[in-house]
Amino acid sequence: MPKRKILMKGNEAYGEAAVRAGCRFYFGYPITPQTEVAEYLSRRLPEVGGVFLQAESETASVNMLYGAAAAGARVMTSTSGLGLALMQEGISYLAGAELPAVIVNTMRGGPGIGNIAPAQADYRQAVKGGGNGDYRTIVLAPTSVPEIFPVMELAFDLADRYRNPVIVLSDGMIGQMMEPVEIEEELPPLDLPEKPWATTGTMGRRPKNVIKTDYLEPEELERHNLRLAEKYAQIEAEEQRWKEFALEDAELVLVAFGTMARLAQAAAEVLRSRGIAAGVLAPITLYPFPTRRIRELADSPGVRSFLTVEMSLGQLVEDVRLAVEGRKPVSFFGRTGGIVPTLDEIVTAAEDVAAERGVRSR
Amino acid sequence: MSQEVRESRGPAVEEGAGVQTTSPKSSLVREREGGVDQKKVVFARPRGLTEAHTIYCPGCTHGIIHRLVAEVLEELDLLERTVGVGSIGCSVLIYDYLNVDMISAAHGRALAVATGVKRVLPDRFVFTYQGDGDLASIGTAETVHAAARGERVTAILVNNGVYGMTGGQMAPTTLPGMRTTTSPAGRDPALTGFPIRMPEMLASLEGAVYLARVTVTSPKEVLRAKRVLKRAFEVQLQGLGFSLVEFLSSCPINWKMDPVDALRYIETEVVKYYPLGEIKVPEGWKPLA
Ligand code: SF4
Repeated sequence: MPKRKILMKGNEAYGEAAVRAGCRFYFGYPITPQTEVAEYLSRRLPEVGGVFLQAESETASVNMLYGAAAAGARVMTSTSGLGLALMQEGISYLAGAELPAVIVNTMRGGPGIGNIAPAQADYRQAVKGGGNGDYRTIVLAPTSVPEIFPVMELAFDLADRYRNPVIVLSDGMIGQMMEPVEIEEELPPLDLPEKPWATTGTMGRRPKNVIKTDYLEPEELERHNLRLAEKYAQIEAEEQRWKEFALEDAELVLVAFGTMARLAQAAAEVLRSRGIAAGVLAPITLYPFPTRRIRELADSPGVRSFLTVEMSLGQLVEDVRLAVEGRKPVSFFGRTGGIVPTLDEIVTAAEDVAAERGVRSR
Repeated sequence: MSQEVRESRGPAVEEGAGVQTTSPKSSLVREREGGVDQKKVVFARPRGLTEAHTIYCPGCTHGIIHRLVAEVLEELDLLERTVGVGSIGCSVLIYDYLNVDMISAAHGRALAVATGVKRVLPDRFVFTYQGDGDLASIGTAETVHAAARGERVTAILVNNGVYGMTGGQMAPTTLPGMRTTTSPAGRDPALTGFPIRMPEMLASLEGAVYLARVTVTSPKEVLRAKRVLKRAFEVQLQGLGFSLVEFLSSCPINWKMDPVDALRYIETEVVKYYPLGEIKVPEGWKPLA
């Protein structure tokens, strides 16, 4: 199929990528810095026979998602951290009822209203979940605008395959940044999986379908939760994804996602030019966390230390520590409040860690 | 809870019933073939109801309202293309009782969920079944905006003036002076405001085209409620906009009354604050007599 190269803003790319992944239904509520996703889809979805609907709140949008997903459609919403907080109830329901849906969260500064500058402090909210109960949400994080396309396709595919909500964790930087992307001239044909479980009206199918999250008997609920846990174990076994840069001989492993993964790569290049063998691991799946690869690195005799680089006061670092299990020291560097660390700051922080942890200078 | 869904062809025994003295002259009369002994059946379980036993308290009118929903769905030939949305409250298990595809929504969110279903499947029939705590308290925003958008869905509001499932706390619909577990001295409007009349409140919205209040305290009222429900469903089928029917329902357990007294209480006291009738009908429709 012929392709064309265009310049696209990250937030618009989320919209177009969703359309290309077969999503025809969007429900959402305006919030900076992701509003262009909604604006883009309000134009784009009617063109492809879809529906864009602005909800009265994030609480309503996530529940519209719940209904639309139950009806068998590929559905999405987008929001920023405060909105994601309001959606946590609905996300718990989506997970409990095993409904596929995609939620793009473009992170900004917090807590509370904070500000609209880029941040990564919704890591815990997205990855650990703020809803009630034993559930997990698949969480993906693209590191550039072009990467939004494969990541969104993956998001919808994983959502359908595992019947589970998927959060795509973006940040104000990726959302607002423009980059060239190469996309196919024509929309790919819609080839979506069958959903025999969907509540579409029985239309002759019996027994009826029921979408629910309540299991009044403790034994019944435990069975349901254990079945969900099995699903999560399968996701953890099969879906860990990451990108890496110069890890083969790395003594200092920088771990970062999204915008910070790119800065970390630039930092690693500078560090290498100064004789420090730095490499980068960038999780694409934050849940399931790429524990396997991190553990491998932690076990490798060449690796001296890990350093996470974040736009938060240290959230990703917790999962790196869990994966490293004390085998190697894990440090953290980050800025908060909507401040994007500069390359210099990251390099300096990395040099300090390198000196402290005995990373050789070559 | 039995998940079994069987088609009943035999004479039915109705459970969860407050008023079962239905006259065989009513429209509930049905002739059905079948049964081993080829008996003429005059009153059967509607196809829209499963054989699951309800968990409702004796004398609770949820059972009658369920039956009316099932009858109207069957009579309008909607059973195969209906998606029902249940809510949180005493009727949380309605997905077990109605023989159609069902979704169980989070507390208060049924109309947002119904919106999602209807936008994906505009040719399906979509209704919600919600209590007063669900629709008129925690879900007020979802209710108002579904109505304002003129969503082609039908909301069934079961108003018994208390939170039944949690043991009879004050609801936004509790009558002034009424004792509940969280208004032990009786609801004091100076402290907690006045009850909300949802249909009247929604009536100013263009998108809300059919709004009515009924009760099921006697066979006569049951039949009237059924006609009203049918009109609300027709509004959706004709794509006119949002429709809502409020049922004044009983909660004998939490009202601490016997079932018959509870019905009399609705007829004598509750209707004074919540007048029965059609509050709004689509343009060009004649109000029911
Ligand atoms: S508590 Fe009230 S509303 Fe609930 S089942 Fe019992 S009588 Fe019915």
